[in-house]
Amino acid sequence: MKSILKLGMKQRTYAEQKSLWGFLFVLPWLLGFIFFFIIPFISSFRYSLSAIEASSEGMKIDFVGFSNYTEALTVNTSFNRILTESILNMVVNVPLIVIFSLFLAVLLNQKFFGRAIARSIFFLPVILASGVIMTLESSSLIQAVNDQNAGSGILSGLGSYELASMMMNAGVSETITDYLTGAVDRIYQVVSQSGVQILIFLAGIQSISPQLYEASKMEGATGYEAFWKITFPMVSPLILVNMIYTIIDSFARNDMTELIRETGFTTFNFGLSSAMAWLYFVAIMIILLVSSYLVSKRVFYQE
Amino acid sequence: MIFARLLSAESWKRGLWSFVRLALIVGLSFVILYPILQKISTAIKDKSDLYSPIVVWIPANYTLDNFKQAISIMDYWHTLLNTFVLSSSTTILTAASCALAGYGFARLKFRGSGLLFGGVILTIMVPPTTILIPIYLNLKDFTLMGIIPLLTGKSLNLLNTYWPFILTSITANSLKAGLYIFIFRQFFRGIPKEVEEAAYMDGAGVGQTFLRIMLPNAVPAIVTVTLFSFVWQWNDSFFTTTYLTSSKVMSTQLGSLPYNLSIFLSGGENSKADPFYMSMVQDTGILLAILPLIILYLFVQRYFVESIERTGLVG
Repeated sequence: MKSILKLGMKQRTYAEQKSLWGFLFVLPWLLGFIFFFIIPFISSFRYSLSAIEASSEGMKIDFVGFSNYTEALTVNTSFNRILTESILNMVVNVPLIVIFSLFLAVLLNQKFFGRAIARSIFFLPVILASGVIMTLESSSLIQAVNDQNAGSGILSGLGSYELASMMMNAGVSETITDYLTGAVDRIYQVVSQSGVQILIFLAGIQSISPQLYEASKMEGATGYEAFWKITFPMVSPLILVNMIYTIIDSFARNDMTELIRETGFTTFNFGLSSAMAWLYFVAIMIILLVSSYLVSKRVFYQE
Repeated sequence: MIFARLLSAESWKRGLWSFVRLALIVGLSFVILYPILQKISTAIKDKSDLYSPIVVWIPANYTLDNFKQAISIMDYWHTLLNTFVLSSSTTILTAASCALAGYGFARLKFRGSGLLFGGVILTIMVPPTTILIPIYLNLKDFTLMGIIPLLTGKSLNLLNTYWPFILTSITANSLKAGLYIFIFRQFFRGIPKEVEEAAYMDGAGVGQTFLRIMLPNAVPAIVTVTLFSFVWQWNDSFFTTTYLTSSKVMSTQLGSLPYNLSIFLSGGENSKADPFYMSMVQDTGILLAILPLIILYLFVQRYFVESIERTGLVG
């Protein structure tokens, strides 16, 4: 086998060899892509347009048009609510997580005592805050009681009330106040979802050449100016990357996912479940496109 | 004189900033570590300490009963072995196939490879729920385009085996594999072309170049992908509960822990068991489940934090 390949290879140019090998390298992925992605993807669309009856002889698929979609949107009691809720959550959380992780990345990039320890603590959520642990954690009773007890203490004592009244007095508009105090209340959620994003930003900041900072320092720029004039434009492509990652990451812990699964696997309404999944997919696509359009206009590329 | 005053103002500012920074970092670290510390303190508490108003963090009576309880209910050692085998096999296979695909997309351009890379991006974008049901049905009657029924007469049911995981990871389509391909591609693009050309001049074929030159250089990317894939597979409840309904894997065991616990404690009747005690054992279970991950992280974190800076995750 090997010798045949080698024999065939002799006559080829380097470029031809490379393209042949490239195809071979990509082939496993391509097979998986066809069998575990494209075919299911298409049949999911087909299911969403049909009524499916699974019986002992196999499946009966009848084409019914868009009735599954109308059922999801008008008949099903929880679909609309959950869809708007999860999209709203996404819209609220994504900017928060991106800004927060950029801030932390800048912080963790500075030199200070115990930086290595701080970094490893901040990347810990990458490991801990995923999948089943997150769901169980929210249902832990002891945690809830202890949080209540700690309520007068450090954790939420500094919390939103003081901040809210302070900001209202300072004349900040009510929506912004609500948004920011909400962020303070959900600090654990935000921190635990921004592990990977911090990593990406940190890597980006470290790839900026130090000469730029040196030059700006010579010219008398403050650290604040250096951030807005150098760091921010240089990492702005990563803001796009991180935004997309955050949106995708939220698929995993989502009521919508739960609803789609439940419709599919406990009530065995595969058609309705697929229709829901497609509606969800389209909604997310719209968000991704709109937000990437808005952000990519402001992104600075070196080329 | 003026210069000296300026200097002192400057250093004063710097001192203030480092204080603020310290406070921020310590505070946020506390927020992150709080649940873990909480769980540790709960896990070593005796039942009687649960209602004692004096005990907040450090228990008065230490006990390992919670651990024993959780270990026996979760069938811990068996589950640990299962999960470890599953996660490490998918991790190795995924890393290998994604490295191949990533290198193929980065350096070995062929006609249509740009289009196929668009396919990779598509797999990242589409929520896994969208394709879950067809995949499920497909795996339930696995035919491989009609080949298997021809050979054995009937289709295979791959559910409740490790085959779905193995097949998807060999073909680089497992959990978040698109992301790993992306990481590898970005990394390989960052290695200078001259290295490859020199290897070719010295008579190495493309495969040899990949194995001998590119892979040893790609250690940071490999570490990152391996860690991500191992951890996410370990914690994943989405695919695991779909593909494996009865096998004992950490995430399914954890998910069903509350239920099993209430059966165990109250002999089948719900609501009789003390909810606080149940929650206590459940916390211990979570701690036991993440303990291997924390140990793993302690070993690789240094390497990981350093290596991510060189992965080229950054365009």
